[in-house]
Amino acid sequence: MLLQVKDLTHYFGGLCAVSNFNLELGSGELVGIIGPNGAGKTTIFNLITGVYRASRGSIVFEGTEITGMKPHRITGRGIARTFQNIRLFNNLTVLDNIRTAFYSEAAYGPLQALFHSGRYRADEREIARRSFDLLSIFRLSDYSGEISRNLPYGLQRRLEIARALAARPQLLLLDEPAAGMNPNEIRGLMDFIIWIKKNFSLTILLIEHQMPLVMGLCERLEVLDFGETIARGTPEEIRSNRRVLEAYLGEEQKP
Amino acid sequence: MELKKIHSHLAGIAASRRMLPVLLVGGFFLSLALPRLDWVDSYVQLIIMYIGINVILSASLNLVNGYMGEFSVGHAGFMAIGAYTASVLTVSVFPPGAAGLFFPLAVAAGGAAAGAVGLVVAFPSFKTRGDYLAIVTLAFGMIVKSIIENIEWVGGPRGFIGMEKLTTLPWVFVWTVFSLWVIRNLVYSRYGRGILSIREDEIASDLMGVNTREIKVIAFVISSFFAGIAGGLFAHLLQFINPRCFDILKSTDILIMVYLGGIGSIGGSILGAGIYTVLLEVLRPMGIWRMVIMPLMLVLLMIYRPYGIMGLREFRWFVPGVDLEGLHRPDKKGKSKTDALAG
Repeated sequence: MLLQVKDLTHYFGGLCAVSNFNLELGSGELVGIIGPNGAGKTTIFNLITGVYRASRGSIVFEGTEITGMKPHRITGRGIARTFQNIRLFNNLTVLDNIRTAFYSEAAYGPLQALFHSGRYRADEREIARRSFDLLSIFRLSDYSGEISRNLPYGLQRRLEIARALAARPQLLLLDEPAAGMNPNEIRGLMDFIIWIKKNFSLTILLIEHQMPLVMGLCERLEVLDFGETIARGTPEEIRSNRRVLEAYLGEEQKP
Repeated sequence: MELKKIHSHLAGIAASRRMLPVLLVGGFFLSLALPRLDWVDSYVQLIIMYIGINVILSASLNLVNGYMGEFSVGHAGFMAIGAYTASVLTVSVFPPGAAGLFFPLAVAAGGAAAGAVGLVVAFPSFKTRGDYLAIVTLAFGMIVKSIIENIEWVGGPRGFIGMEKLTTLPWVFVWTVFSLWVIRNLVYSRYGRGILSIREDEIASDLMGVNTREIKVIAFVISSFFAGIAGGLFAHLLQFINPRCFDILKSTDILIMVYLGGIGSIGGSILGAGIYTVLLEVLRPMGIWRMVIMPLMLVLLMIYRPYGIMGLREFRWFVPGVDLEGLHRPDKKGKSKTDALAG
């Protein structure tokens, strides 16, 4: 079991955003979380990555309790994520966006950085090399010196995923990767997700509203409504689940 | 992409960069020669030394305010700590007569003292952000001033005198180059990228594995260290310091130099400090009107050039070689590895 979430509960003041959420992720799975807006999906991501501290419950990653750890430690253990609204380092170049994510990979300390020691040079060369490899895999090499704010939307999405993969995570959390894409682009994205999953041997947990993507891609689904899990199962089971139709899909299918 | 063009461009930069050591050595000998030869009078030399000190101040504040995007307004407080520490050392501790010999040590000790205080201030300060950090550092500046005013053996509000004029043109040159070199090295390292990523998006930075707390402390300590260095040089140039030298107005001066020259740019800090210092002197005959014209220019600058003259850009000469190589490496692997990457 790669990730084990048990009875995860989170309150914002008096409001219960996530209530007794349970999830087990095996290595190599591709699981989706769906649910209406405000159901608590992104909150779950924020709890897993340590942005929020859970009010109750536990999160175990690779047998280690990571509940309450600082975000950068959790990332260091092998969980990476992207964001619902792209959060690149806007004024930095494409290359520097990637290199920033190699922060914990370099071993040189502050003094070696201040005086640009041999260790610094060696580590920086290695970081640059790996960053360029990553950029070329994601076909972003031509933009390495470009300020990331100036990239077109699709490339920004791709860069964000590349940045998330820089630290070689085992678990990738994708928060609405298809937001703002047309059906054609979504098909491309589906192939892309399958491809990175295979090539980077990833386990993927994703949040998405686009039903074609979720239904076509995910092996299992968790359906949330008002912070509670109302259904779980394969896409086929979810499609015909009455509670889900009522809470979520139902609204689209009403005559 | 026109790789050839980039390559010839890079080669051009690399060739011109070889001039940098020559210029530095030349500058050093010039700083040695200027006081001996009769080219410029001592007033101009004084202004040049002020520029050097102001360059150190603005470049070090730029680290926190420009590169990291926080807003610290207590820089004069750290300068005061450096100034008083170095002065007490040269006047009372080091053997008289040999003060000149120990001067670099005194200045470095001033920097270390300011850096140590910076470390103490950093921990509570960086639990807050933005406006709150500004208020914390504002309060810090006031505390430093009142503490010094109440220490009788450094003269209290009357100030501290007795320093020899140990700050000379060569020393200012050496310290300025050293400060800029170290700050540049920090900026072009993983810590520097961490500092920048905090400015851009702190949460994303944290989630990319950057230890933001550690980085903020490092940036703040380095910044206050160099403020202390500048303080030590300042004290031994003026040969008289009192707490009023380091009040909020001094901090404001440094802020203006940073935002005038450009945030997130070492070249900008040099320009900002140079232009501001010279302008203040040029406009001196205007008397009190100078304090109307300077702020007005700043307002205009903020409207038409909000990031400052060099905002977020850098002279190519200041970018280290390792980073230049990294910037435009040709893509040896060819274009695509897979067709799954549509678009």
